[in-house]
Amino acid sequence: MLITLEKRLERPGYLSALVTTVSMIGAFLIGAILLLLLGANPITTYHAMFVGSLGNKGSVIDTLVKATPLMLTTLAVLAAFKMRFWNIGAEGQLAVGAIGASGVALFWAQSLPDPLIIPVMMVAAIAAAAIWGLVPALLKIWGISELLTTLMTNYIAILWVEHLYTGPWKDPKGFGFPGSAQFSDPAWLPYITGRLHIGVVFAVIAAFALWFFLSFTKWGYEVTVIGENPKTARYAGINIHRNILIIMLVSAGLAGLAGMTEVAGIAHRLQKGVTAGYGYQAIMIAWLAKLNPWAALFVSVLFAALLVGGDQLQITAGLPSSVALILQGTILLTVLGGEILTDYKVVIHRRATV
Amino acid sequence: MNLLLLAIIAAAIPAGTSLLLAALGEILTERSGVLNLGIEGIMLTSAVCSFAVAYHSDNLLLGVLTGALVGSVLSFVHAFLTVSLHTDQIVTGLAITIFGTGLSAFLGQRLGPEGGSLVGLTGPSFEKISWPGLTANPDIAAILQQDIMTYTTLLLVPVISIFLTRIQEGLNLRAVGENPRAADALGVNVTKLRYRYTIIGGSLAGLAGAHLSLAYTPGWTEGLTGGRGWIAIALVVFATWNPSRALVGAILFGSINALQFRLQAMGTTISPAFLGMLPYASTIFVLIIITRWESARKRSSAPAALGVPYSRE
Repeated sequence: MLITLEKRLERPGYLSALVTTVSMIGAFLIGAILLLLLGANPITTYHAMFVGSLGNKGSVIDTLVKATPLMLTTLAVLAAFKMRFWNIGAEGQLAVGAIGASGVALFWAQSLPDPLIIPVMMVAAIAAAAIWGLVPALLKIWGISELLTTLMTNYIAILWVEHLYTGPWKDPKGFGFPGSAQFSDPAWLPYITGRLHIGVVFAVIAAFALWFFLSFTKWGYEVTVIGENPKTARYAGINIHRNILIIMLVSAGLAGLAGMTEVAGIAHRLQKGVTAGYGYQAIMIAWLAKLNPWAALFVSVLFAALLVGGDQLQITAGLPSSVALILQGTILLTVLGGEILTDYKVVIHRRATV
Repeated sequence: MNLLLLAIIAAAIPAGTSLLLAALGEILTERSGVLNLGIEGIMLTSAVCSFAVAYHSDNLLLGVLTGALVGSVLSFVHAFLTVSLHTDQIVTGLAITIFGTGLSAFLGQRLGPEGGSLVGLTGPSFEKISWPGLTANPDIAAILQQDIMTYTTLLLVPVISIFLTRIQEGLNLRAVGENPRAADALGVNVTKLRYRYTIIGGSLAGLAGAHLSLAYTPGWTEGLTGGRGWIAIALVVFATWNPSRALVGAILFGSINALQFRLQAMGTTISPAFLGMLPYASTIFVLIIITRWESARKRSSAPAALGVPYSRE
């Protein structure tokens, strides 16, 4: 018997979805083996994670709340990846967006009419993050790889946020607690039900807008062509430099909006935990979603469920919540590896026929 | 001022060791045409495993070997996915870093005594070797007296330089990174070399993690590396894929690190957050300088096939 890989001549439409699903199941099996190696019972672990994240209404709400920043940052990096512009800086752009929104809520809200506070916070967050993201975009036009510059800006932005809430923006009445003062009521995002704030609606609108612009406009077409083949794009007369600037404004702006929904929807102040690795997880989600904005929303919910389930695990099973990150990484690695099956098929020959 | 400079260099060398180790490894990997962005995750996982093994066995050598082993296992995964399954090297590397970040956090909370946390424990660590009678000047002595891992790392610089320029395997490796098709036609096994040097590169990154948790900042805290894996990748670009320039870069970045602590110790009024930004801001700055310098000379030092999968079809 001989097993070989043969290139597929035709790819049925269902194949990609099938391979992804099988890979995901494979990932949970590999995850189970890893859990066993790490000394945890995979069945009780998965059960606790599932119940903790999707088992009842409260936990579903928790999962959706967690999914909101993941959705927005995923849409952010997805837009950039579509052009093969490697914006790894969503984490820092989210932080700068949080700074912009908090700045408005803390220092400007008193002099603004109440209904304007939230819109101004959104604009401030998007603008601050977009300007922050412009730096690596301009450097890219100057020939410097965005991969490392966007990454370095994460570390700088996170230190900046920490500096603000432990230093100049620290709540003087906070008993030494590292965090800014609490925002006034009009700066809180309204709730849909329970803890679920309307940030999730922003994410769905953003997904629709991104899908629409990428699929039906000349700009979306240009972005796709640049992403698929920069040479073709250049011959076709597409202005690559201008598109780098635009895509980064969009991308960083969306990540900044995620920073706004985090501070205005959950913490209601600038404090530790505003950057919780969403910007990095977004990279994995965008890839798993095959850069499709709608799929990105679903994968965000799945990843959020893993995170919430991981937190529950800590409470119910005493296992570290980082199990969630291990599973997320395993899922992506398995799906990436599984993709070969969409291009090739495994053929098993009996020796006699070879 | 001279004394301050000497003191900074003395502190820069151990601070730069992990950067140099990881950068040397990444130079080997990238010279074969494979970009491994998993370094940060590999360093984290190796750091925690090395510390755990050294802590429980009270054996430093065992800890160091664990670091190298963990590095080679994780980079084997990268090699398997990118070389054999042709996955995107950037995304795969990022996935390994995220996986490693989670795994290291998990292990850090489980590998301590009785399945508990490792954070805050003190284990064995490499001491600086003192050479009695070496020099009367204590400042120079502070530069020359380093731990054994640092000496070994410094020794690796000429070894890898010679390997890449004088040894047949090293020349084959470069050929694979520049033009795999031609190398293949000449009978060089592209797949084998890419696997081999991704794994060796990863094990050096693993040693870099071990140096952090066993020598430079003995012990384990979550996120111990603080982006050093990424700075090491930037160092490779800065060094134009050249081991001796990586040494210069590592000392430069080590100095920035040392300067940061020195200023803090001297009671400067600059906020620690801004001092903390120095290494990352300098990385961006250095990337700008080197990219502009290269483009002014109309050349690129990057291996031509870097990031491109190879198949015979």
